[in-house]
Amino acid sequence: MTIQGTAHRVGAHIDTDAIIPARFLVTTDSAELGANCMEGLEAGWIKRVKQNDIMVADENFGCGSSREHAPISLLGAGIPVVVAKSFARIFYRNGFNMGLILLEVGDDFEKLGDGDQLEVDADNGTIKNLTTGELITCSAVPPFMKEILNAGGLVDYVKNRLGN
Amino acid sequence: MPKTLAEKILQAHTDEVVKEAGQIVRCKVSLVLANDITAPLAIKSFNAMGADQLFDKDKVALVCDHFTPNKDIDSAEQVKLVREFAHEKNVTHYYEGGDCGVEHALLPELGLVGPSDIVIGADSHTCTYGGLGAFATGMGSTDIAGAMALGETWFKVPSTVKVEIEGTPGQHVGAKDYILRLIGELGVSGALYKALEFSGSVVDDLSIEGRMTIANMAIEAGGKVGLFPVDAKTLEYCVAAGRTGDVPLSADVGAVYERVVKMDVTGMKPQIACPHLPDNVKPVDEVKNMKIHQSVIGSCTNGRISDLREAAAILKGRKANKNVRLIILPATPTIWKQALKEGLLEIFMDAGAIVGPATCGPCLGGHMGILAGGERAIATTNRNFKGRMGSLQSEVFLSNPAVAAASAIAGEIIDPSAL
Ligand code: SF4
Repeated sequence: MTIQGTAHRVGAHIDTDAIIPARFLVTTDSAELGANCMEGLEAGWIKRVKQNDIMVADENFGCGSSREHAPISLLGAGIPVVVAKSFARIFYRNGFNMGLILLEVGDDFEKLGDGDQLEVDADNGTIKNLTTGELITCSAVPPFMKEILNAGGLVDYVKNRLGN
Repeated sequence: MPKTLAEKILQAHTDEVVKEAGQIVRCKVSLVLANDITAPLAIKSFNAMGADQLFDKDKVALVCDHFTPNKDIDSAEQVKLVREFAHEKNVTHYYEGGDCGVEHALLPELGLVGPSDIVIGADSHTCTYGGLGAFATGMGSTDIAGAMALGETWFKVPSTVKVEIEGTPGQHVGAKDYILRLIGELGVSGALYKALEFSGSVVDDLSIEGRMTIANMAIEAGGKVGLFPVDAKTLEYCVAAGRTGDVPLSADVGAVYERVVKMDVTGMKPQIACPHLPDNVKPVDEVKNMKIHQSVIGSCTNGRISDLREAAAILKGRKANKNVRLIILPATPTIWKQALKEGLLEIFMDAGAIVGPATCGPCLGGHMGILAGGERAIATTNRNFKGRMGSLQSEVFLSNPAVAAASAIAGEIIDPSAL
Protein backbone atom coordinates (compact mmCIF):
# COMPACT_ATOMS: atom_id res chain seq x y z
CA MET A 1 0.00 0.00 0.00
CA THR A 2 1.95 3.01 -1.24
CA ILE A 3 0.30 6.40 -1.39
CA GLN A 4 1.78 9.53 -2.87
CA GLY A 5 0.25 12.93 -2.27
CA THR A 6 0.49 16.41 -0.83
CA ALA A 7 0.67 16.89 2.94
CA HIS A 8 -1.96 19.05 4.64
CA ARG A 9 -0.81 20.03 8.11
CA VAL A 10 -3.26 20.63 10.95
CA GLY A 11 -2.67 21.27 14.65
CA ALA A 12 -3.17 19.39 17.90
CA HIS A 13 -6.45 18.12 19.39
CA ILE A 14 -8.40 18.31 16.14
CA ASP A 15 -11.78 17.05 17.33
CA THR A 16 -14.55 15.27 15.49
CA ASP A 17 -16.57 18.49 15.32
CA ALA A 18 -13.70 20.12 13.43
CA ILE A 19 -13.49 17.13 11.09
CA ILE A 20 -17.21 17.04 10.43
CA PRO A 21 -19.52 19.47 12.27
CA ALA A 22 -22.70 18.02 13.73
CA ARG A 23 -24.89 19.99 11.30
CA PHE A 24 -23.68 17.76 8.46
CA LEU A 25 -24.49 14.50 10.22
CA VAL A 26 -27.84 14.18 8.50
CA THR A 27 -26.28 11.73 6.07
CA THR A 28 -23.94 8.77 6.14
CA ASP A 29 -22.99 9.19 2.47
CA SER A 30 -19.21 9.37 2.26
CA ALA A 31 -19.06 11.75 -0.74
CA GLU A 32 -21.45 14.17 0.95
CA LEU A 33 -19.59 13.99 4.27
CA GLY A 34 -16.33 14.33 2.35
CA ALA A 35 -17.50 17.54 0.68
CA ASN A 36 -17.74 19.12 4.16
CA CYS A 37 -14.60 17.57 5.60
CA MET A 38 -12.73 19.85 8.05
CA GLU A 39 -15.45 22.46 7.64
CA GLY A 40 -15.38 22.87 11.42
CA LEU A 41 -11.75 23.98 11.23
CA GLU A 42 -11.95 26.38 8.30
CA ALA A 43 -14.71 27.09 5.79
CA GLY A 44 -13.81 25.63 2.41
CA TRP A 45 -10.77 23.76 3.79
CA ILE A 46 -11.52 20.85 1.51
CA LYS A 47 -10.90 22.88 -1.67
CA ARG A 48 -7.13 22.45 -1.32
CA VAL A 49 -7.33 18.64 -1.28
CA LYS A 50 -6.78 16.35 -4.27
CA GLN A 51 -7.48 12.62 -4.36
CA ASN A 52 -4.86 10.64 -2.34
CA ASP A 53 -3.60 13.64 -0.40
CA ILE A 54 -2.31 13.06 3.10
CA MET A 55 -3.40 14.59 6.41
CA VAL A 56 -0.60 15.36 8.84
CA ALA A 57 -1.56 16.26 12.41
CA ASP A 58 -0.13 17.02 15.82
CA GLU A 59 -1.26 15.04 18.90
CA ASN A 60 -4.67 13.59 19.80
CA PHE A 61 -6.19 13.76 16.31
CA GLY A 62 -9.87 12.82 16.28
CA CYS A 63 -10.71 13.51 19.92
CA GLY A 64 -14.30 14.21 20.93
CA SER A 65 -17.28 12.09 20.00
CA SER A 66 -17.28 8.46 18.93
CA ARG A 67 -19.06 9.24 15.66
CA GLU A 68 -17.91 7.11 12.78
CA HIS A 69 -18.82 9.93 10.40
CA ALA A 70 -15.43 11.55 11.06
CA PRO A 71 -13.19 8.92 9.39
CA ILE A 72 -15.86 8.43 6.71
CA SER A 73 -15.70 12.12 5.83
CA LEU A 74 -11.89 12.02 5.47
CA LEU A 75 -12.18 9.01 3.18
CA GLY A 76 -14.96 10.72 1.27
CA ALA A 77 -12.72 13.75 0.83
CA GLY A 78 -10.15 11.53 -0.90
CA ILE A 79 -7.74 11.36 2.06
CA PRO A 80 -6.74 7.70 2.50
CA VAL A 81 -4.18 8.18 5.25
CA VAL A 82 -3.62 10.34 8.32
CA VAL A 83 -0.14 10.68 9.82
CA ALA A 84 -0.19 12.11 13.34
CA LYS A 85 1.85 12.53 16.46
CA SER A 86 -0.95 10.56 18.18
CA PHE A 87 -4.63 9.72 17.78
CA ALA A 88 -7.58 9.77 20.16
CA ARG A 89 -8.46 6.21 21.18
CA ILE A 90 -11.96 5.87 19.75
CA PHE A 91 -11.00 7.64 16.52
CA TYR A 92 -8.11 5.22 16.15
CA ARG A 93 -10.49 2.27 16.29
CA ASN A 94 -13.14 3.90 14.13
CA GLY A 95 -10.52 4.93 11.55
CA PHE A 96 -9.30 1.43 10.83
CA ASN A 97 -12.81 0.02 11.15
CA MET A 98 -13.97 2.41 8.42
CA GLY A 99 -10.94 1.69 6.21
CA LEU A 100 -8.79 4.75 6.91
CA ILE A 101 -5.02 4.20 7.32
CA LEU A 102 -3.59 5.79 10.47
CA LEU A 103 0.13 6.08 11.17
CA GLU A 104 1.43 7.27 14.51
CA VAL A 105 4.86 8.87 14.23
CA GLY A 106 5.39 10.79 17.48
CA ASP A 107 7.46 13.96 17.21
CA ASP A 108 8.57 13.05 13.67
CA PHE A 109 5.37 14.64 12.36
CA GLU A 110 7.32 17.91 12.59
CA LYS A 111 9.38 16.73 9.63
CA LEU A 112 6.33 16.80 7.40
CA GLY A 113 5.52 20.35 6.31
CA ASP A 114 2.32 21.72 4.84
CA GLY A 115 2.43 21.25 1.07
CA ASP A 116 5.33 18.76 1.08
CA GLN A 117 5.09 15.83 -1.31
CA LEU A 118 4.98 12.58 0.67
CA GLU A 119 5.24 8.93 -0.20
CA VAL A 120 3.67 6.69 2.43
CA ASP A 121 4.41 2.98 2.50
CA ALA A 122 1.92 1.64 5.04
CA ASP A 123 3.10 -1.98 4.65
CA ASN A 124 6.65 -1.21 5.65
CA GLY A 125 5.99 1.75 7.89
CA THR A 126 7.96 4.40 6.04
CA ILE A 127 7.12 7.93 5.06
CA LYS A 128 9.39 9.59 2.51
CA ASN A 129 9.29 13.38 2.34
CA LEU A 130 10.02 13.86 -1.37
CA THR A 131 10.31 17.62 -0.89
CA THR A 132 13.03 17.50 1.79
CA GLY A 133 14.45 14.03 1.20
CA GLU A 134 13.81 13.10 4.83
CA LEU A 135 12.73 9.51 5.66
CA ILE A 136 10.57 8.66 8.69
CA THR A 137 9.92 5.17 9.94
CA CYS A 138 7.02 4.05 12.13
CA SER A 139 5.23 0.81 13.02
CA ALA A 140 3.92 -0.80 9.84
CA VAL A 141 0.21 -1.47 9.61
CA PRO A 142 -0.09 -4.98 11.12
CA PRO A 143 -1.26 -7.80 8.84
CA PHE A 144 -4.62 -8.10 10.57
CA MET A 145 -5.35 -4.40 10.18
CA LYS A 146 -4.34 -4.66 6.57
CA GLU A 147 -7.01 -7.31 6.09
CA ILE A 148 -9.61 -4.87 7.46
CA LEU A 149 -8.28 -2.02 5.30
CA ASN A 150 -8.19 -4.19 2.19
CA ALA A 151 -11.78 -5.24 2.74
CA GLY A 152 -12.75 -1.56 2.92
CA GLY A 153 -13.53 -1.56 6.64
CA LEU A 154 -14.83 -3.78 9.42
CA VAL A 155 -18.37 -4.23 8.10
CA ASP A 156 -17.13 -5.63 4.79
CA TYR A 157 -14.32 -7.53 6.49
CA VAL A 158 -16.83 -9.40 8.66
CA LYS A 159 -19.08 -9.87 5.66
CA ASN A 160 -16.20 -11.46 3.71
CA ARG A 161 -15.17 -13.65 6.62
CA LEU A 162 -18.72 -14.90 7.12
CA GLY A 163 -19.08 -15.53 3.39
CA ASN A 164 -16.10 -17.89 3.39
CA MET B 1 9.61 -10.92 28.77
CA PRO B 2 7.96 -9.77 32.04
CA LYS B 3 4.40 -8.54 31.46
CA THR B 4 1.89 -6.14 33.01
CA LEU B 5 -1.60 -7.39 33.88
CA ALA B 6 -2.98 -5.98 30.63
CA GLU B 7 -0.27 -7.66 28.55
CA LYS B 8 -0.76 -10.98 30.32
CA ILE B 9 -4.50 -11.06 29.73
CA LEU B 10 -4.18 -10.04 26.08
CA GLN B 11 -1.52 -12.72 25.63
CA ALA B 12 -3.87 -15.37 27.03
CA HIS B 13 -6.38 -14.59 24.26
CA THR B 14 -4.16 -14.39 21.18
CA ASP B 15 -1.83 -16.59 19.15
CA GLU B 16 0.45 -13.65 18.42
CA VAL B 17 3.31 -12.79 20.76
CA VAL B 18 2.50 -9.71 22.83
CA LYS B 19 5.73 -7.75 22.82
CA GLU B 20 5.16 -4.11 23.55
CA ALA B 21 2.76 -1.23 24.01
CA GLY B 22 1.42 0.10 20.72
CA GLN B 23 1.40 -3.29 19.06
CA ILE B 24 -1.91 -4.42 17.55
CA VAL B 25 -3.15 -7.88 18.43
CA ARG B 26 -6.21 -9.85 17.52
CA CYS B 27 -7.87 -11.47 20.55
CA LYS B 28 -10.74 -13.85 21.27
CA VAL B 29 -13.32 -12.24 23.51
CA SER B 30 -14.98 -13.88 26.52
CA LEU B 31 -18.17 -11.81 26.51
CA VAL B 32 -19.74 -9.07 24.38
CA LEU B 33 -22.18 -6.63 26.01
CA ALA B 34 -24.67 -4.05 24.82
CA ASN B 35 -27.55 -2.21 26.49
CA ASP B 36 -30.91 -0.74 25.50
CA ILE B 37 -29.28 2.41 24.08
CA THR B 38 -26.38 0.82 22.22
CA ALA B 39 -27.69 -2.62 21.22
CA PRO B 40 -30.06 -1.25 18.55
CA LEU B 41 -27.08 0.35 16.75
CA ALA B 42 -24.96 -2.77 17.12
CA ILE B 43 -27.82 -4.87 15.75
CA LYS B 44 -28.04 -2.56 12.74
CA SER B 45 -24.31 -3.02 12.06
CA PHE B 46 -24.61 -6.77 12.69
CA ASN B 47 -27.27 -6.98 10.00
CA ALA B 48 -25.24 -4.78 7.62
CA MET B 49 -22.42 -7.30 7.99
CA GLY B 50 -24.75 -9.93 6.67
CA ALA B 51 -24.27 -11.84 9.91
CA ASP B 52 -26.87 -14.40 10.73
CA GLN B 53 -25.62 -16.16 13.86
CA LEU B 54 -23.91 -14.92 16.99
CA PHE B 55 -20.44 -16.39 17.52
CA ASP B 56 -21.79 -17.92 20.74
CA LYS B 57 -25.29 -17.36 22.07
CA ASP B 58 -24.01 -17.79 25.65
CA LYS B 59 -21.37 -15.09 25.31
CA VAL B 60 -23.45 -12.13 24.27
CA ALA B 61 -25.21 -10.21 27.06
CA LEU B 62 -27.99 -7.75 26.27
CA VAL B 63 -29.07 -5.73 29.31
CA CYS B 64 -31.88 -3.23 28.92
CA ASP B 65 -31.04 -1.24 32.04
CA HIS B 66 -30.87 2.43 31.13
CA PHE B 67 -34.54 3.34 30.93
CA THR B 68 -35.96 0.28 32.63
CA PRO B 69 -38.87 -0.05 33.18
CA ASN B 70 -39.39 1.64 29.79
CA LYS B 71 -39.97 5.31 30.42
CA ASP B 72 -41.63 6.27 27.15
CA ILE B 73 -42.62 5.01 23.71
CA ASP B 74 -39.17 5.52 22.18
CA SER B 75 -37.39 3.51 24.86
CA ALA B 76 -40.05 0.81 24.63
CA GLU B 77 -39.46 0.57 20.87
CA GLN B 78 -35.70 0.27 21.41
CA VAL B 79 -36.16 -2.49 23.96
CA LYS B 80 -38.64 -4.26 21.70
CA LEU B 81 -36.06 -4.32 18.92
CA VAL B 82 -33.42 -5.75 21.27
CA ARG B 83 -35.84 -8.30 22.71
CA GLU B 84 -36.86 -9.54 19.25
CA PHE B 85 -33.21 -9.86 18.24
CA ALA B 86 -32.43 -11.73 21.48
CA HIS B 87 -35.27 -14.18 20.89
CA GLU B 88 -34.41 -14.70 17.25
CA LYS B 89 -30.74 -15.38 18.03
CA ASN B 90 -31.48 -17.38 21.19
CA VAL B 91 -29.43 -15.07 23.39
CA THR B 92 -29.08 -16.76 26.79
CA HIS B 93 -28.29 -13.60 28.73
CA TYR B 94 -31.05 -11.18 27.86
CA TYR B 95 -32.36 -9.02 30.72
CA GLU B 96 -35.25 -6.63 30.70
CA GLY B 97 -37.74 -7.28 33.50
CA GLY B 98 -37.54 -8.26 37.15
CA ASP B 99 -34.24 -10.02 36.47
CA CYS B 100 -32.63 -6.87 35.10
CA GLY B 101 -30.21 -4.61 36.92
CA VAL B 102 -27.57 -2.04 36.08
CA GLU B 103 -25.36 -3.99 33.66
CA HIS B 104 -22.02 -3.53 35.40
CA ALA B 105 -23.43 -4.61 38.75
CA LEU B 106 -25.45 -7.43 37.21
CA LEU B 107 -22.85 -9.27 35.12
CA PRO B 108 -20.29 -9.78 37.93
CA GLU B 109 -23.06 -10.95 40.25
CA LEU B 110 -24.19 -13.53 37.67
CA GLY B 111 -20.62 -14.78 37.28
CA LEU B 112 -20.62 -13.79 33.60
CA VAL B 113 -17.36 -11.85 33.90
CA GLY B 114 -14.25 -12.73 35.86
CA PRO B 115 -10.47 -13.06 36.07
CA SER B 116 -8.45 -13.00 32.83
CA ASP B 117 -11.57 -12.56 30.70
CA ILE B 118 -11.63 -10.12 27.82
CA VAL B 119 -14.96 -8.32 27.86
CA ILE B 120 -16.00 -5.66 25.40
CA GLY B 121 -19.16 -3.65 25.79
CA ALA B 122 -20.96 -0.90 23.96
CA ASP B 123 -20.84 1.11 27.17
CA SER B 124 -17.97 3.15 28.48
CA HIS B 125 -18.17 1.77 32.02
CA THR B 126 -17.51 -1.78 30.85
CA CYS B 127 -14.12 -1.20 32.50
CA THR B 128 -15.82 -2.02 35.86
CA TYR B 129 -14.88 -5.71 35.49
CA GLY B 130 -11.22 -4.78 35.86
CA GLY B 131 -12.02 -5.02 39.58
CA LEU B 132 -12.19 -8.78 39.04
CA GLY B 133 -9.05 -8.85 36.92
CA ALA B 134 -10.80 -8.80 33.54
CA PHE B 135 -9.50 -6.80 30.59
CA ALA B 136 -12.78 -5.00 29.97
CA THR B 137 -13.36 -1.91 27.86
CA GLY B 138 -15.99 0.07 26.01
CA MET B 139 -16.23 0.25 22.22
CA GLY B 140 -18.46 1.59 19.44
CA SER B 141 -21.36 -0.20 17.81
CA THR B 142 -19.50 -1.47 14.71
CA ASP B 143 -16.79 -3.02 16.88
CA ILE B 144 -19.41 -4.65 19.08
CA ALA B 145 -21.28 -5.98 16.06
CA GLY B 146 -18.07 -7.41 14.60
CA ALA B 147 -17.30 -9.18 17.88
CA MET B 148 -20.87 -10.46 18.17
CA ALA B 149 -20.40 -12.12 14.78
CA LEU B 150 -16.76 -13.29 15.01
CA GLY B 151 -16.03 -13.62 18.73
CA GLU B 152 -12.84 -11.65 18.33
CA THR B 153 -11.62 -8.10 18.05
CA TRP B 154 -8.38 -6.17 17.76
CA PHE B 155 -6.59 -4.23 20.46
CA LYS B 156 -3.71 -1.86 20.54
CA VAL B 157 -1.65 -3.07 23.51
CA PRO B 158 -1.89 -0.21 26.03
CA SER B 159 0.99 1.11 28.04
CA THR B 160 0.34 0.84 31.75
CA VAL B 161 0.35 3.39 34.56
CA LYS B 162 0.83 1.66 37.89
CA VAL B 163 -1.07 3.21 40.78
CA GLU B 164 0.12 2.38 44.30
CA ILE B 165 -2.24 3.34 47.11
CA GLU B 166 -0.87 3.27 50.64
CA GLY B 167 -1.74 4.72 54.06
CA THR B 168 -4.58 4.89 56.54
CA PRO B 169 -7.37 7.26 55.49
CA GLY B 170 -9.68 9.30 57.71
CA GLN B 171 -13.25 8.37 58.62
CA HIS B 172 -15.95 7.61 56.03
CA VAL B 173 -13.39 7.27 53.27
CA GLY B 174 -13.42 4.39 50.82
CA ALA B 175 -12.95 3.22 47.24
CA LYS B 176 -14.90 6.10 45.68
CA ASP B 177 -12.70 8.63 47.44
CA TYR B 178 -9.49 6.97 46.23
CA ILE B 179 -10.59 6.97 42.61
CA LEU B 180 -11.96 10.54 42.76
CA ARG B 181 -8.68 11.77 44.18
CA LEU B 182 -6.72 9.87 41.52
CA ILE B 183 -8.86 11.34 38.71
CA GLY B 184 -8.29 14.76 40.28
CA GLU B 185 -4.55 14.17 40.10
CA LEU B 186 -4.42 12.58 36.63
CA GLY B 187 -7.07 14.76 34.97
CA VAL B 188 -9.82 13.52 32.65
CA SER B 189 -7.34 12.62 29.92
CA GLY B 190 -4.41 11.71 32.16
CA ALA B 191 -4.66 8.01 31.35
CA LEU B 192 -5.78 8.28 27.72
CA TYR B 193 -5.18 4.98 25.80
CA LYS B 194 -3.57 3.53 28.89
CA ALA B 195 -4.21 0.73 31.32
CA LEU B 196 -4.31 1.63 35.00
CA GLU B 197 -2.99 -1.12 37.25
CA PHE B 198 -3.80 -0.82 40.95
CA SER B 199 -1.65 -2.08 43.78
CA GLY B 200 -0.55 -1.27 47.33
CA SER B 201 -1.73 -2.19 50.80
CA VAL B 202 -4.97 -0.20 50.54
CA VAL B 203 -5.87 -2.09 47.38
CA ASP B 204 -5.05 -5.44 48.96
CA ASP B 205 -7.44 -4.64 51.81
CA LEU B 206 -10.27 -3.42 49.57
CA SER B 207 -13.38 -5.54 49.06
CA ILE B 208 -14.16 -6.74 45.54
CA GLU B 209 -17.07 -4.31 45.42
CA GLY B 210 -14.69 -1.49 46.30
CA ARG B 211 -12.30 -2.59 43.56
CA MET B 212 -15.14 -2.52 41.05
CA THR B 213 -16.03 1.02 42.16
CA ILE B 214 -12.47 2.09 41.36
CA ALA B 215 -12.23 0.19 38.07
CA ASN B 216 -15.61 1.64 37.04
CA MET B 217 -14.19 5.17 36.98
CA ALA B 218 -10.91 4.37 35.16
CA ILE B 219 -12.58 5.75 32.02
CA GLU B 220 -13.12 9.07 33.81
CA ALA B 221 -9.35 9.53 33.64
CA GLY B 222 -9.43 8.44 29.99
CA GLY B 223 -8.22 4.92 30.81
CA LYS B 224 -8.86 1.97 28.54
CA VAL B 225 -8.97 -0.47 31.46
CA GLY B 226 -8.50 -0.29 35.24
CA LEU B 227 -7.00 -3.56 36.40
CA PHE B 228 -6.68 -5.28 39.76
CA PRO B 229 -4.66 -8.40 40.46
CA VAL B 230 -6.63 -11.57 41.11
CA ASP B 231 -6.18 -12.74 44.70
CA ALA B 232 -7.92 -15.05 47.17
CA LYS B 233 -10.68 -12.46 47.68
CA THR B 234 -11.39 -12.30 43.95
CA LEU B 235 -11.56 -16.06 43.70
CA GLU B 236 -13.91 -16.27 46.65
CA TYR B 237 -16.21 -13.71 45.00
CA CYS B 238 -16.14 -15.64 41.72
CA VAL B 239 -16.94 -18.97 43.34
CA ALA B 240 -19.88 -17.36 45.17
CA ALA B 241 -21.06 -16.06 41.77
CA GLY B 242 -21.03 -19.61 40.44
CA ARG B 243 -17.82 -19.53 38.43
CA THR B 244 -15.31 -22.35 38.36
CA GLY B 245 -11.72 -22.70 37.22
CA ASP B 246 -10.50 -19.15 37.93
CA VAL B 247 -6.89 -18.79 39.06
CA PRO B 248 -4.84 -16.00 40.67
CA LEU B 249 -3.20 -13.43 38.42
CA SER B 250 -0.58 -10.81 39.10
CA ALA B 251 1.77 -8.70 37.03
CA ASP B 252 5.25 -10.13 36.42
CA VAL B 253 8.15 -8.85 38.46
CA GLY B 254 10.07 -6.51 36.20
CA ALA B 255 7.07 -5.61 34.00
CA VAL B 256 7.57 -2.30 32.21
CA TYR B 257 5.34 0.59 33.32
CA GLU B 258 5.04 3.94 31.64
CA ARG B 259 5.08 5.50 35.07
CA VAL B 260 4.21 4.80 38.69
CA VAL B 261 1.81 7.06 40.56
CA LYS B 262 2.03 6.82 44.33
CA MET B 263 -0.90 7.99 46.38
CA ASP B 264 -0.67 8.28 50.15
CA VAL B 265 -4.18 8.46 51.60
CA THR B 266 -3.13 8.94 55.20
CA GLY B 267 -5.65 11.17 56.98
CA MET B 268 -7.54 11.78 53.74
CA LYS B 269 -11.08 13.24 53.97
CA PRO B 270 -13.98 12.16 51.74
CA GLN B 271 -13.56 13.58 48.22
CA ILE B 272 -16.09 15.45 46.09
CA ALA B 273 -16.01 15.94 42.31
CA CYS B 274 -17.51 19.36 41.67
CA PRO B 275 -19.29 20.44 38.45
CA HIS B 276 -18.80 19.90 35.57
CA LEU B 277 -15.96 17.37 35.25
CA PRO B 278 -15.02 14.33 37.34
CA ASP B 279 -11.47 15.71 37.75
CA ASN B 280 -12.65 18.86 39.54
CA VAL B 281 -12.04 17.15 42.88
CA LYS B 282 -11.85 18.69 46.36
CA PRO B 283 -11.88 17.33 49.90
CA VAL B 284 -15.40 17.62 51.36
CA ASP B 285 -14.47 20.33 53.88
CA GLU B 286 -13.50 22.66 51.03
CA VAL B 287 -17.01 22.40 49.56
CA LYS B 288 -18.89 24.85 51.76
CA ASN B 289 -22.46 26.15 51.78
CA MET B 290 -23.62 23.92 48.95
CA LYS B 291 -27.35 23.48 49.44
CA ILE B 292 -28.68 20.44 47.60
CA HIS B 293 -32.09 19.54 46.21
CA GLN B 294 -31.49 15.87 45.49
CA SER B 295 -29.29 13.04 46.67
CA VAL B 296 -28.95 9.92 44.52
CA ILE B 297 -27.49 6.70 45.87
CA GLY B 298 -27.14 3.98 43.25
CA SER B 299 -25.57 3.28 39.80
CA CYS B 300 -22.84 0.95 38.55
CA THR B 301 -20.35 2.90 40.66
CA ASN B 302 -21.98 2.75 44.09
CA GLY B 303 -25.28 0.86 43.99
CA ARG B 304 -24.04 -2.40 45.50
CA ILE B 305 -24.95 -3.87 48.88
CA SER B 306 -21.85 -2.54 50.66
CA ASP B 307 -22.74 0.96 49.41
CA LEU B 308 -26.30 0.63 50.70
CA ARG B 309 -25.02 -0.55 54.07
CA GLU B 310 -22.74 2.46 54.23
CA ALA B 311 -25.66 4.79 53.48
CA ALA B 312 -27.94 2.99 55.97
CA ALA B 313 -25.39 3.38 58.76
CA ILE B 314 -25.68 7.15 58.31
CA LEU B 315 -29.43 7.32 57.69
CA LYS B 316 -30.50 5.05 60.55
CA GLY B 317 -32.77 6.94 62.92
CA ARG B 318 -32.39 10.19 60.96
CA LYS B 319 -34.55 12.08 58.46
CA ALA B 320 -33.68 13.54 55.10
CA ASN B 321 -33.96 17.32 54.97
CA LYS B 322 -37.39 18.57 53.84
CA ASN B 323 -35.86 20.28 50.81
CA VAL B 324 -34.03 17.20 49.53
CA ARG B 325 -35.33 14.33 47.40
CA LEU B 326 -33.36 11.32 48.55
CA ILE B 327 -33.46 8.65 45.83
CA ILE B 328 -32.01 5.22 46.45
CA LEU B 329 -31.74 2.70 43.63
CA PRO B 330 -30.23 -0.69 44.52
CA ALA B 331 -28.33 -1.68 41.37
CA THR B 332 -29.74 -5.19 40.87
CA PRO B 333 -32.77 -7.22 42.04
CA THR B 334 -30.47 -9.42 44.16
CA ILE B 335 -29.06 -6.36 45.91
CA TRP B 336 -32.62 -5.07 46.37
CA LYS B 337 -33.69 -8.31 48.02
CA GLN B 338 -30.63 -8.40 50.23
CA ALA B 339 -31.26 -4.82 51.34
CA LEU B 340 -34.84 -5.78 52.12
CA LYS B 341 -33.70 -8.77 54.18
CA GLU B 342 -31.21 -6.71 56.15
CA GLY B 343 -33.81 -4.06 56.93
CA LEU B 344 -31.95 -1.39 54.96
CA LEU B 345 -34.96 -0.45 52.86
CA GLU B 346 -36.96 0.23 56.01
CA ILE B 347 -34.20 2.48 57.30
CA PHE B 348 -34.23 4.32 53.97
CA MET B 349 -38.00 4.75 53.92
CA ASP B 350 -38.06 5.86 57.54
CA ALA B 351 -35.51 8.48 56.57
CA GLY B 352 -37.91 9.70 53.89
CA ALA B 353 -36.11 8.18 50.90
CA ILE B 354 -37.71 7.14 47.64
CA VAL B 355 -36.58 3.57 47.00
CA GLY B 356 -36.72 2.84 43.28
CA PRO B 357 -36.15 -0.10 40.95
CA ALA B 358 -32.78 -1.36 39.74
CA THR B 359 -32.22 1.08 36.88
CA CYS B 360 -29.64 3.58 35.60
CA GLY B 361 -32.42 6.15 35.80
CA PRO B 362 -31.17 9.57 36.91
CA CYS B 363 -27.47 8.69 36.49
CA LEU B 364 -27.67 9.62 32.83
CA GLY B 365 -30.62 11.97 33.18
CA GLY B 366 -32.86 9.19 31.90
CA HIS B 367 -35.78 9.23 34.31
CA MET B 368 -36.73 8.83 38.00
CA GLY B 369 -35.06 11.92 39.38
CA ILE B 370 -34.38 14.57 36.75
CA LEU B 371 -33.07 17.96 37.86
CA ALA B 372 -34.69 21.31 37.06
CA GLY B 373 -32.67 24.39 36.13
CA GLY B 374 -30.83 25.77 39.17
CA GLU B 375 -31.13 22.49 41.07
CA ARG B 376 -28.14 20.81 42.60
CA ALA B 377 -27.62 17.12 43.34
CA ILE B 378 -25.10 15.03 45.15
CA ALA B 379 -24.81 11.57 43.63
CA THR B 380 -22.81 8.39 44.04
CA THR B 381 -22.68 8.08 40.23
CA ASN B 382 -19.62 8.60 38.04
CA ARG B 383 -20.22 11.58 35.76
CA ASN B 384 -21.06 15.19 36.51
CA PHE B 385 -20.94 16.60 32.99
CA LYS B 386 -23.11 19.62 32.29
CA GLY B 387 -26.74 18.50 32.13
CA ARG B 388 -25.94 14.87 32.94
CA MET B 389 -28.87 14.55 35.37
CA GLY B 390 -31.29 16.93 33.71
CA SER B 391 -31.34 20.65 32.93
CA LEU B 392 -28.20 22.24 31.49
CA GLN B 393 -28.53 24.71 34.35
CA SER B 394 -28.39 21.99 37.01
CA GLU B 395 -25.31 20.78 38.87
CA VAL B 396 -24.09 17.35 39.98
CA PHE B 397 -21.52 16.70 42.69
CA LEU B 398 -20.06 13.20 42.98
CA SER B 399 -19.32 11.51 46.29
CA ASN B 400 -19.28 8.25 48.21
CA PRO B 401 -22.55 6.83 49.65
CA ALA B 402 -21.91 8.03 53.23
CA VAL B 403 -21.43 11.63 52.08
CA ALA B 404 -24.51 11.47 49.83
CA ALA B 405 -26.57 10.16 52.78
CA ALA B 406 -25.20 12.71 55.25
CA SER B 407 -25.76 15.55 52.80
CA ALA B 408 -29.37 14.47 52.32
CA ILE B 409 -29.88 14.85 56.07
CA ALA B 410 -28.05 18.16 56.35
CA GLY B 411 -29.59 19.63 53.19
CA GLU B 412 -26.13 20.63 52.06
CA ILE B 413 -22.89 18.89 51.20
CA ILE B 414 -21.29 17.75 54.41
CA ASP B 415 -18.71 15.37 55.85
CA PRO B 416 -20.59 12.54 57.62
CA SER B 417 -18.29 13.04 60.61
CA ALA B 418 -19.79 16.53 61.03
CA LEU B 419 -23.39 15.33 61.35
S1 SF4 C 1 -25.49 3.51 36.06
FE1 SF4 C 1 -24.92 5.34 34.91
S2 SF4 C 1 -22.79 5.08 34.31
FE2 SF4 C 1 -23.57 3.08 34.99
S3 SF4 C 1 -24.21 2.05 33.10
FE3 SF4 C 1 -25.98 3.12 33.94
S4 SF4 C 1 -26.00 5.14 32.94
FE4 SF4 C 1 -23.97 4.24 32.64
